[in-house]
Amino acid sequence: MQNRRVKLLWLSAIACNGNAHSFLNYPNLEQFLKDFSFVYHPILESLYSLEDIINKQVECDILLIEGAISPEFKKANTPIINLISKYANIAKKVITIGTCATFGGIFKESGYRFTTGLHFEKEKELFLFSSLKDKTISLSGCPIHPEVLVSTLYAIKEDLELHLDRFLRPKEFYAYTIHSGCTRNEYFEYKIDNHQFGRLEGCMFYEHGCQAPFSHGSCNRILWNGVNSKTRNGEPCHGCTEPDFPKQNLFRTKKNMGVPQFLPLGVSKRAYLTLAGVTKAFKIKRLEEDLF
Amino acid sequence: MDKKEAKRVEIINVALELFATKGFYSTTIPDIAKALNMSVGNLYNYFKSKDILAKEIIKYISHYLGNKLKEINMMPISTKEKTKKIVEVYFETAKNRPHMIDYFLRVYLSNREVFKDGCEGMICVSEFVTEIMIYFEEGVRRGELKNQDFFSAFGLFMGYLGGMVFLKGENILPKELEEYIDDISNNIYRALSAK
Ligand code: SF4
Ligand code: SF4
Repeated sequence: MQNRRVKLLWLSAIACNGNAHSFLNYPNLEQFLKDFSFVYHPILESLYSLEDIINKQVECDILLIEGAISPEFKKANTPIINLISKYANIAKKVITIGTCATFGGIFKESGYRFTTGLHFEKEKELFLFSSLKDKTISLSGCPIHPEVLVSTLYAIKEDLELHLDRFLRPKEFYAYTIHSGCTRNEYFEYKIDNHQFGRLEGCMFYEHGCQAPFSHGSCNRILWNGVNSKTRNGEPCHGCTEPDFPKQNLFRTKKNMGVPQFLPLGVSKRAYLTLAGVTKAFKIKRLEEDLF
Repeated sequence: MDKKEAKRVEIINVALELFATKGFYSTTIPDIAKALNMSVGNLYNYFKSKDILAKEIIKYISHYLGNKLKEINMMPISTKEKTKKIVEVYFETAKNRPHMIDYFLRVYLSNREVFKDGCEGMICVSEFVTEIMIYFEEGVRRGELKNQDFFSAFGLFMGYLGGMVFLKGENILPKELEEYIDDISNNIYRALSAK
């Protein structure tokens, strides 16, 4: 696909279209549309209408699926499952865009029965579309960063190899935790929360529910709108890239007798507590004060 | 254990007994050397000062108790059973190695100025405290213990045990410590339990 425009078909299932909107913030859309074209997109101008793609078989290189999937859900009276099968079989690659399409996400709470992601229901692997696994890439997030989508599409166009994790997410974006790159890391190290919303001081892991140390993604490495991230700005990460998103009580750290229920990725409870005991014993004056 | 390490442990044990019985300030390095039949100079080869020795002793005790608690924490048993085992270990230690518990109560907790540099917060007792935290955390996670502030639970547990050992040391308890194990572990469990 190196020397021609790649044909994209963007199918939205049970979705809020948040990923479609997030994508509109991509700053180099003009260049992008020289290299890619939408044969169908729910809100952008495209070559074909929904009716066309249902009634005809149009050409497509990459199938993009946004939103959760249920056998009960229909688009213009056609089960979404049939539409997915029809285009996934001819596409060279399938991308699940967002946490709903990947794991079921927030729309697992919708009224449709058996609502799941394409290959996963939370952590559990599904088999309905298992023949597509080899060509699927998952991009989880609620929503995903446009840069992550666009970079993945270019990698496919240029035939570059992406390394995938067990949920088929490119490690290039998901091998890191959201915590890496946050401007509050020093407060994390010395276990200082004392955060107040909107303030620049304090780490939100200890009291305010920040899930970044155990959530995968690049929010603090590829900034939103090129300027900021949720956690830098003073809002806890809600772990929207994870299979079990959304959890409940997102603004409070769940603790058992003072010990956080979820610990930084890969760190054992004993290791965490030993380290916590040491750092908590010291007061770092600079980190107790206002920055400005 | 190599020879040097064996000697180190011997010094720690003799010193902790002296500190616990005679008091930290009334015990000198020459007293300790004499009890060990070694020269003062040689003792300094192992520990550069009395303060350093005092800190190593508390770490040694924390390591000793921490290891026993770790074994209990790894057992596939209920929190109720763990509670009883922890009480057993504590009383057993108070009986067989009474100076360890005395050192903790009468030297470590009573002479905080000796420990302020190098044993800040709970650093020197962290092995022990970590295991207590794990015992609490797992109890709550399994729905057996009530979720609450760590220190309210820790104070209840350790204050109770420390109090009993203190009463025993003052010869006020009419019975042996182990005869109280069942009642005390039941009381603690009931006080901490989620039910
Ligand atoms: S606020 Fe969150 S992302 Fe930032 S340092 Fe703390 S835990 Fe990490
Ligand atoms: S910071 Fe966390 S919740 Fe926010 S977008 Fe990134 S992964 Fe999602």
